[in-house]
Amino acid sequence: MHELSLTQSVVELCAARAAEQGARTRVTRVTLEVGALSAVMPDALRFCFDACTRNTALDGAELEIVEIPGRARCLDCAGEVTVSRLFDTCGCGSANLVLVSGEELRVKQMEVEECA
Amino acid sequence: MCVTCGCSDTDGVTITELTSADKRSRNSRVYRAVDQSAKHGLHVRGHAHSHTHGHAQHESAEVVALHARMHGTTVALEQDILAKNQHLAEHNRDWFAERGILALNLVSSPGSGKTTLLERTIRDLQQQLSINVIEGDQATLNDAERIRATGCQVIQINTGTGCHLDADMLARGLARLDPPSGSVLMIENVGNLVCPALFDLGEQAKVVILSVTEGEDKPIKYPHMFRASRVMLLNKIDLLPHLRFDVERCIAYARQVNPGIEVFRVSAESGEGMAEWYGWLRREIDQQRELEALP
Repeated sequence: MHELSLTQSVVELCAARAAEQGARTRVTRVTLEVGALSAVMPDALRFCFDACTRNTALDGAELEIVEIPGRARCLDCAGEVTVSRLFDTCGCGSANLVLVSGEELRVKQMEVEECA
Repeated sequence: MCVTCGCSDTDGVTITELTSADKRSRNSRVYRAVDQSAKHGLHVRGHAHSHTHGHAQHESAEVVALHARMHGTTVALEQDILAKNQHLAEHNRDWFAERGILALNLVSSPGSGKTTLLERTIRDLQQQLSINVIEGDQATLNDAERIRATGCQVIQINTGTGCHLDADMLARGLARLDPPSGSVLMIENVGNLVCPALFDLGEQAKVVILSVTEGEDKPIKYPHMFRASRVMLLNKIDLLPHLRFDVERCIAYARQVNPGIEVFRVSAESGEGMAEWYGWLRREIDQQRELEALP
């Protein structure tokens, strides 16, 4: 369940940035980018998010997760293919692939508001 | 919280130094509260760049605040979730490099024989090498006590509910262990083939241990771990006559996930194949010393 510590990192990171905006800033929405090959389950992040945000500047915030598909460049035929597993092969038969996307684990943005 | 990089203490983690050869845990000193001076002593050494870093952060905060005022309520962050761990791992890596310490992160599922392999390695090499150990487990001092019995220095990190070691826990363990220059640090991670793959500790290499009593398809069932590791030790090969385990297929699976992975077939029980693993270890130590000698 590494998703728990990842979610805690997300909350810490967003809470710190919200505090920079002012002590009364509340976070209403957080957008994450999670790659399909990142070894992280979006559902597990959602499960942890409510628990981790309680009594923080993110309390009640909505979590949006943008899933990024795995894409790889083939070093043999120079084509680009979609990959759903780390050991997928290219249509040309080559296993010589370099991932170009799908390993993302990023906080993209958050929405904030001043509370009265 | 550290104002430079925003790191904070992880709750529920216990770090125990086994101080004497006496195996009773009552003689162990348990540090529930983190020794801040020790932690930051370690930390400060890695913070030679703290000034520029600090200013850059403030400037970006101002930009973000300005951005939020101009564009309503959306704040662009574009920040890696693992950035904090990565930052702390780089501190650890610099700390090892300055001291010519070879640090290896030993990962596997529970019961692969990590601790037995470590005990054998320490006993066989202790005349030639200074080996120190950081043990990671959710609970108990059992593994640290086994390692302590070999006569080497050991720190036990109990992660509580945590399923992996992270770079901050390792830094806190290092502050207590204080391994000597030119030594080897073996970090026995929590037995888990999933989570530790994501958390860089600052080690030079991950070494994954797979025993032949497990399934031969583990490398493709848990590809992240085998992809992140530089070496695979296929352990318990003395049991092969009693098992249906296709060694060649297992190695082919590992190479499918990670074409560059080095594989050694070993038995920590009988000693078979251990010489090849020690050969790899010696080559890595030599490389580490060459790096330290560079101006």
